[in-house]
Amino acid sequence: MPYKRLFLSLAMFAALCSATTHANDGKLLATAGLSQIEGAGGGGIVPWATLSGYDSQDQISVSVALSQVDLEDYRLNVQAVSASFYDQFELSLGHQRFDLKTLGGDIKMNIVGAKYKLYGDAVFSDLPQISVGVQHKMLEDKAIANALGAKNTSGTDIYLAATKIHLGAIAGYNAVWNVTARATKANELGILGFGGQGNDSYELMLEASAGILFSRSLAVGVEYRQKPDNLGLKEDDWFDFFVTYIPSKSVSITAAYTKLGTIAGAPDQNGLYFSINGHL
Amino acid sequence: MRNTQLKLNRSAISIIFLGLCLLTGCTTTSLPLDSSTNSGADNLYQTLGGKAKIDEIVDNFINEIAFDQETYAFFKDSNMRRFKEKLSEQLCVMAEGPCTYTGDSMEQVHTGMNITEANFNHGVDLFINAMDKADIPHNVQNRLLNEMAKTRKQMLYR
Repeated sequence: MPYKRLFLSLAMFAALCSATTHANDGKLLATAGLSQIEGAGGGGIVPWATLSGYDSQDQISVSVALSQVDLEDYRLNVQAVSASFYDQFELSLGHQRFDLKTLGGDIKMNIVGAKYKLYGDAVFSDLPQISVGVQHKMLEDKAIANALGAKNTSGTDIYLAATKIHLGAIAGYNAVWNVTARATKANELGILGFGGQGNDSYELMLEASAGILFSRSLAVGVEYRQKPDNLGLKEDDWFDFFVTYIPSKSVSITAAYTKLGTIAGAPDQNGLYFSINGHL
Repeated sequence: MRNTQLKLNRSAISIIFLGLCLLTGCTTTSLPLDSSTNSGADNLYQTLGGKAKIDEIVDNFINEIAFDQETYAFFKDSNMRRFKEKLSEQLCVMAEGPCTYTGDSMEQVHTGMNITEANFNHGVDLFINAMDKADIPHNVQNRLLNEMAKTRKQMLYR
């Protein structure tokens, strides 16, 4: 499996780099965020302008994340590893396994991501931090995407994200918001392929997150992700409400209630999301 | 029919969400303005607990620095009594208290130190510890940190 080799080499390369640069503590606690379900630094479902690690502009850091979203008829499992360099550039690899609980079987997809910070510092600059990113997605299991009429089994998303953390903004509590615009052809992240009879051109989708930190180690918030409907299967926008516990700069744990609507014709896919993030 | 309903539902969610973001954006741009002109009940100096609490924070901070190799390296040639006095004055001014800052400019003090972003953020961690030990509530800490953050540019990479 080529993705496993890629995974290992990136992890080893990054671990080597980080061993020499003392990398896991250059930012303030809770400002590194999470790894989202496609592997990029962000919230749970939305990529943010912030990078995945605690690296400052003189450091390199490595992050790993394991996430699961358990729904009525499906279950999404995500393994992600990412390296961020000098609080400027992020490389990520994500492996998704989408279990078809009622039908049996699964669909696997690999995602290679990169993100580059264009401007700012989410905490300290007056304007939001702004980053541009790409996510190249490749289905390992193509049969279902083809059967549903998807035009492609691989595709590339491009996004622009703005993130700002406001110190003491709401009754003295720190607040964070993020807005992301994504150009995509992906059906259900890409798990059901890219494009379809309904539409096979890029569409611009809006994604957003808002959260509040009730202490140094507890954040709660909401996320929204608009999605296209290329296959004519009434693909829904996604919504989640999350609680994140951040006991240290090494680890964070997130639980969320997700409302993912209709997926591949099966309605009311609501469920729980759990994620554990580690930072080296 | 169902399709239009779905579309409506979608745009409704988008609008609610945008509103939420704008709301956080708006409150955050307006709140700092309020606190900088407000000397009444919401005065940060009073909320913190006046000069006694500020001195306690500064004492705790010096203690944190003394036990932290990375940060102590920047202070090994400093007159700590003077640092204590000037930092206390400066925090008092930042919190809209009845003080005047009589120290050197932040640029003067930090030039030649070459403080990195990581050094700075580590210093913030120590300052948060100092406020924790002085029992400053989390939401009051953030208001002081927001004022202090404005001097960051004058301290880094000089």
